[in-house]
Amino acid sequence: MAVQKAEIKWKRLPLSTNYAVAYAVKDLDVDVVSAYPITPQTTVVEKIAEFIADGELDAEMIHVESEHSALSAAAGASATGVRAFTATASQGLELMHEVLHIVSGLRLPIVMTVATRALSAPISIWNDYSDLMNTRDTSWITLIVSSAQEAYDAVVEAYKVAEDPEILLPVMVGYDGYIMSHTYEPVLVPEDPTIVREFAPKNYDRIKLDPDRPVTFGTIADPNWYYEFKYQQVEAMMRALKKIEEVNEEFYKVFGRRYKHIETCCTDDADVILLTYGGIYGTFLEAVRKMNSNGEKVGVARLRTWRPFPAEDIVKALGSARLVVVADRAISYGARIAGPVALEVMSSFYGDPDAPQVMSVIVGIGQRRVTEKTVAEIVDYAFRVLERGRVPRESLYWGVRGVRYE
Amino acid sequence: MTRYEIRWHGRGGQGAVTASMILAMAAVYEGKYAQAFPEFGAERRGAPVRAYTRIDDEPIYTRAPILHPDVVVVLDPSLPKELYLEGVKDSTIFIINTKKGRDDIARELGVGKERVFTVDATRIALETLKVPIVNTAMVGALIGVLPLVKLENVERAVRETFGGRIAEANVVAIRKAYEEIRAGRVEVVG
Repeated sequence: MAVQKAEIKWKRLPLSTNYAVAYAVKDLDVDVVSAYPITPQTTVVEKIAEFIADGELDAEMIHVESEHSALSAAAGASATGVRAFTATASQGLELMHEVLHIVSGLRLPIVMTVATRALSAPISIWNDYSDLMNTRDTSWITLIVSSAQEAYDAVVEAYKVAEDPEILLPVMVGYDGYIMSHTYEPVLVPEDPTIVREFAPKNYDRIKLDPDRPVTFGTIADPNWYYEFKYQQVEAMMRALKKIEEVNEEFYKVFGRRYKHIETCCTDDADVILLTYGGIYGTFLEAVRKMNSNGEKVGVARLRTWRPFPAEDIVKALGSARLVVVADRAISYGARIAGPVALEVMSSFYGDPDAPQVMSVIVGIGQRRVTEKTVAEIVDYAFRVLERGRVPRESLYWGVRGVRYE
Repeated sequence: MTRYEIRWHGRGGQGAVTASMILAMAAVYEGKYAQAFPEFGAERRGAPVRAYTRIDDEPIYTRAPILHPDVVVVLDPSLPKELYLEGVKDSTIFIINTKKGRDDIARELGVGKERVFTVDATRIALETLKVPIVNTAMVGALIGVLPLVKLENVERAVRETFGGRIAEANVVAIRKAYEEIRAGRVEVVG
């Protein structure tokens, strides 16, 4: 990298996570934005529209009639080789679902942010991760961030990963709707976006729709070839794990902020380690730090890379605990272990005789309140489980009426 | 400075959420860490609304709502007091938009007079903005009681948020409330 971080002049702005995303889109000089409004995502594209109107971003803004069309339009744009962006949440993401598969299958490096929100019915405009977790098998690289600053940074990283010739997959960046999307906090934004554009230069040089060199995208693949297309996605996804790591390190060298697949605190000699993701990690972190200062052997970790899943990093980060408690904010209905991340953590330890026990806890559904006290109660329960030596084989639905765990 | 947690109580349309934001913006301009967020209801005009501001010299990680505020700011005197007395501490400071005096309010709330500050923000808003939107005046009153951020940074935040003549009218409202609440009390807290 030609540019050193010492040379960066920063503006320290009070921004919501939605606005931080819009700033990243502007600084990355995105070419096409198509979106359909849905709360709590709407202010992302409102701010982008403002940047375009003020001449700060030279991009096409395509107004569409649904999220299905929003992602379809972004797909068309991306197929011509330009840099495309969209954002959505909740039902919007659900309506996009079939197009999610088409975008990854066509290997289009679109970046989309999701201000995560619960799903209807009944209607809830509030937060959980039911929407994002439903996209698990769509072959989108998925990062989940926990601050407005990290949202800005992750969108920058996302384009660098997505457009890498070895990857060419779409990236979704998720964060807590409302809990983060509408929270103002300080964000460092470079005064001159050139550094961002040099860090994540556009890759126009990929196979694209070009009248001078006609190609066909997305034709039928018969049983003799479809499987190979899909296996290429499998391989690209697994390569992305290493690529994200490399980009995290490059980002650190240039911008001075370091991200990992999994972030940990106080895990070294912890008997119990909590694992969660997104904005409420901060609440978990403050609660655990306080418990540590009281001598409790408890640690906390945050999953940042959800797809591809960093199984080896999970084993390294959590393997020393006696009990790992995974706090999920989505439900896989009808499954004994209903937390999507809990399931993945269990599979990471599968076949390891020294593996810690894993307990699945469901919290924050429809933005049911999660406070430091909630975290303390879960930790108390976890230590009781350790004493009894019998880990619940089903997910615990923490804080729901009519259910008590003794 | 240790962490300060401020809880704003108003009704939909009075600008409690914007007030929480303006205070956080001013803190960020001063190089502090701050966080502002509403209690996310399906906001509608007239319904009780609460919003939160945290200010700290160190990074803030928690995203839990503020259950035990250091400061309670009440934008609407008609709100049931049970709403804003929820979870308050023995040290919580109250800043209330009302025509009544400190003694009366202290008695009504059952808290010590030294923790209660009143300002007639509705009158100030009507004089300066010509509408009873009291949020910016209440920010002025708050920093008149507790110097959490500098007046000039609040003014900058207001100009960033509104712009033009509306911003300038709000700046006048802030200064007025700031001065009135300072003139009306003897002891300085914080």
